[in-house]
Amino acid sequence: MKVLIDHISKVYIDRHGEVTEALRDIHFDMGDNEFVVVVGPSGCGKSTLLNIIAGLLSSTSGQIIFEGVRKDSRPLTAVVFQDFALFPWRTVLKNIVYGLEERGLQKVEQLEIAKKYITMVGLQGFENKYPHQLSGGMKQKVSIARALANDPLLLLMDEPFSALDAQTRTLMQYELSRIWEETQKSFLYITHHIQEAVFLGDRVVVLSKRPGRILDIVQIGLPRPRGEHLTTEKPYLEYVDAIWGYIKNEAKKTLEEIS
Amino acid sequence: MSQEKFSSDEASLTANEWSKADKAIVQDKAYFLQMKEHPWLSAASFIVILLLWEMAGRMEWVPPLFLPAPSAILSEGWTMFKTGLIFKHAFASLSRILWGFFIACTLGVITGILIGFFSIPEAVGNPIIAATFPIPKIAILPLLILWLGIGEASKVAVIALGVFFPMVINVYTGVKNVDPLLIKAGLSLGSNRTRIIKKIILPSILPMIFAGMKLGIGIALLLVVAAEMVAADAGIGFMILTAADLMQTKKLMVGLIILSLLGIFFNWLFQRLERVFIPWKE
Repeated sequence: MKVLIDHISKVYIDRHGEVTEALRDIHFDMGDNEFVVVVGPSGCGKSTLLNIIAGLLSSTSGQIIFEGVRKDSRPLTAVVFQDFALFPWRTVLKNIVYGLEERGLQKVEQLEIAKKYITMVGLQGFENKYPHQLSGGMKQKVSIARALANDPLLLLMDEPFSALDAQTRTLMQYELSRIWEETQKSFLYITHHIQEAVFLGDRVVVLSKRPGRILDIVQIGLPRPRGEHLTTEKPYLEYVDAIWGYIKNEAKKTLEEIS
Repeated sequence: MSQEKFSSDEASLTANEWSKADKAIVQDKAYFLQMKEHPWLSAASFIVILLLWEMAGRMEWVPPLFLPAPSAILSEGWTMFKTGLIFKHAFASLSRILWGFFIACTLGVITGILIGFFSIPEAVGNPIIAATFPIPKIAILPLLILWLGIGEASKVAVIALGVFFPMVINVYTGVKNVDPLLIKAGLSLGSNRTRIIKKIILPSILPMIFAGMKLGIGIALLLVVAAEMVAADAGIGFMILTAADLMQTKKLMVGLIILSLLGIFFNWLFQRLERVFIPWKE
């Protein structure tokens, strides 16, 4: 499996004819079982990029190309959204089998797959709960299981832990690192959180402020599996510092801008 | 390294140690926001009003022709119940309401989804609805009688028209307010447009459909009575009007009570149905 994000640019033109350039010439590729994190200051067009890759938004120029596509109903991508996007009228189990229903799988098969991912993310015992009965962390676990159950080539995550409190967020990062190792899939993860990017990623794509351009792609040479101990060690802190160096000026400029 | 190492050994002051002349104790300023419940007061006031009314009738403070006592109304109702007269009128009205209501809900939901989700129906439908919605539906009844005759069809049609508008407007608003994130989630999980309508739009707008039904049933009650007063040989509206013509105030009051009971019943029914069909609501 390979994905090429091929010179993507995006320009928004609103009803009054005002032009906003969101992304400029974003170009990188991703391979099998790779965890790529896109990090950038707020409003740099990271989510726009993710929506384009997910096929939920068209780019102004450039294209997204997948290679090694499977000849069945499994989708190219699945998305985990920041605000969970769970269907409130469906229980945890019913949320997770949604994509499987759409692919026309047998009931037995649906349940079997759902069970696998419920166990993987640790939702046993919550199958028949409705989303409003769950905590934020649990909701995001459902969302992750729902996306993984559809077995996409590439899992897209759009600031998935931003709506969580800081403590839950840290725990979810450990969980996600473990899940990624277990699934052997390609993940593309969007965040503004540098520590999170370094902790999770094999490579970190650093974007500038709007219009989002690639400032650098940093290879993170930290050993796996990654755990809590890592975050106090020197190499980790050096990566964080290096990326903060790029982002700091960009974030400052954004802060001083009149929006 | 033990965690106790970091915890503070210093004990807090007690209130007595700290009694200085310039201290202030914090009061809860928001206490009244927690509204008290008065379940007994509701029942008691209802009974008191009934008793006063009964006394006013018995003591002939008010002539019974204007305001008969509750007991007299009740016994009139009982007689009408035994002779089956109540059922004749109630069923006539109910069947008109149900037909009109059913037609309006079906058409209202379909139309609301179409104009809410597709741009061409929206462009065509919106001005038509905006132009016809403000017309009081009872004003259309003469036209409907002209078209459909004086029988059941025109009465059902006027009710259907009356219920259709709150329904279609509610459903349209509901569709417009469906969380776009949920639609995106559905698309990314492999749904196409028709599947999105069935699996995401419909469940999303269920609360709005119920809100439309609750509004609609009130309008249906109003319109059935009005239509029956214009032209009918049975129904609660007809019964009230003829009773008034014959100065049978007790019979008239029975009609009003039936209408009140019907309203309460439908409200209860929709609340029940809502709980069954929308179990995910807290």
